[in-house]
Amino acid sequence: MAAISREEVAHLARLSRLAVTEEELDTFAGQLDVILQAVAQVGEVAAADIPPTSHSVPLTNVLREDVVTPCLTPQEALSGAPDAEQQRFRVPRILDEDVAS
Amino acid sequence: MSDLTRMTATEIAGLVAGGGTSAVEVTQAHLDRIAAVDDRVNAFLHVDVEGALAAAREVDARRAAGERLGPLAGVPVAVKDVLTTKGVPTTVGSKILEGWRPPYDSTIVQRLRAAGTVMLGKTNMDEFAMGSSTEYSAYGPTHNPWDLSRIPGGSGGGSAAALAAYEAPLAIGSDTGGSIRQPGAVTGTVGAKPTYGGTSRYGLVAFSSSLDTPGPCARTVLDAALLHEVIGGHDPRDSTSIPQPVPDVVTAAKLGATGDLTGVKLGVVTEFAGEGGEPGVMAAFREAVDTLTKLGAEIVEVSCPHFTYALPAYYLIAPSECSSNLARFDGVRFGLRVGDDGNRSLEEVMSLTREAGFGPEVKRRIMIGTYALSSGYYDAYYGQAQKVRTLITRDFTAAFERVDALISPTTPFVAFPIGARTADPYQMYLADLFTIPTNLYGGPGISVPCGLSDGLPVGLQVMAPTMADDRMYRVAAALESAVGTFTPPAL
Repeated sequence: MAAISREEVAHLARLSRLAVTEEELDTFAGQLDVILQAVAQVGEVAAADIPPTSHSVPLTNVLREDVVTPCLTPQEALSGAPDAEQQRFRVPRILDEDVAS
Repeated sequence: MSDLTRMTATEIAGLVAGGGTSAVEVTQAHLDRIAAVDDRVNAFLHVDVEGALAAAREVDARRAAGERLGPLAGVPVAVKDVLTTKGVPTTVGSKILEGWRPPYDSTIVQRLRAAGTVMLGKTNMDEFAMGSSTEYSAYGPTHNPWDLSRIPGGSGGGSAAALAAYEAPLAIGSDTGGSIRQPGAVTGTVGAKPTYGGTSRYGLVAFSSSLDTPGPCARTVLDAALLHEVIGGHDPRDSTSIPQPVPDVVTAAKLGATGDLTGVKLGVVTEFAGEGGEPGVMAAFREAVDTLTKLGAEIVEVSCPHFTYALPAYYLIAPSECSSNLARFDGVRFGLRVGDDGNRSLEEVMSLTREAGFGPEVKRRIMIGTYALSSGYYDAYYGQAQKVRTLITRDFTAAFERVDALISPTTPFVAFPIGARTADPYQMYLADLFTIPTNLYGGPGISVPCGLSDGLPVGLQVMAPTMADDRMYRVAAALESAVGTFTPPAL
């Protein structure tokens, strides 16, 4: 049985903000199925009482003195932006989304 | 004068320091070599001719002014395109960052500049470092100098191929699941993955933040150690950077080069010594084990039962982190923006931009990660993979109570023909079978050439405990002193 359906892949693409084509959906559905069936092997390991590891080094908050240090100018920070206006990143419209959907 | 491009970094630095040549001459020789062969190799995505010559002139001026320079001053270095370089294009092998010129240098690149090395340019890689062959680069594959019809490994195939093609004596890579060691193995070069946190990730375009580790690539173990020392050490700008000095890898490489491993106990990983690799690779590995024995090392077999599950665990953890990290490529702050016609919403533009900017492997991993992190699947996939990561770490810890370091072949197979594994993505993943456990544990690993199989290079991997990077350099240098280095056919 397939681990993942074409419809589920379409859902994942939406969640991932990828406007995939119909043709890609066909290809990805088969490939993701193979990959997911293979990685599902982790389920064979008896690990109910094992704590998870997120990082190999112990993570702690790293704090520094609150002093001003050099940083990017607004021009530098915006230098790679596709669109900018008044020292800000300019984005496509965001306000009509609720109405549209 | 002998060919500058055939020299080791150590030899070049000595010659520059002694006034036998200049950094400009050395740099020009490598730029000429790149111009002569890189149309066939495609190791470089960007060659910074002006920047390299300017940096070389500065080194020569500093030397002329009597300044005492570091051990790698005047030596050219190729940098994987995953590290930001101020004003120099940084694409990560992706169309989504085509034309981006970062406004800042990564810590690694800052340290390279401060050490007086000369950056030649940026090397090709699988898009966002996701791949094992450099075929997933949006800018065409890199070709293995040993056989141009074959892959140079990946994701750092550009850096490894640049070394094997004598386009650079030193290179920088990044290793998330083997992307330094595996290309090193299949190109007959040396690649070292430092302890996680031993090298700074500041300015390294993130793929899987709990695994990504920048590190040195070279043609000899000593050169790799010298580069490791230059780029390593604590960086306050990386919150997972380890606040300890760099292990003394240079002294260890020199000690190893004496060819004496008396008193060193090495463990052959049982799970990787059986049928995991193709026959030619396993034969070269066994021969290398015999050589290490002759050098005085004591060899025992050590079972690491959970290593078998490292590959599936990795291909859940890395895509999960990638799906989160790559959310930043949204067409707002940098890179590509597609479909912004004034009518489409932010979300539509974002989806069109990511669809156009990302290649198939990146899309697959983002979707796998999104799946593994979804409620309902989280515990069975991502959560379970994190528990397996704990068990793999325990396997390492138990092994290092018995032995000083672990050894295995670096890769299950030699360089395969371009196109052989792209149809089935999971077949590509198998290339990282032996390198992945180290990333999940966080310790250091190095690949050193140990022989040939059908005329193609085979690498031996040495894995050491966290922050004991010096141990792997000692073992690798000892093996190198016995088997020598390997030279590909003339291009």
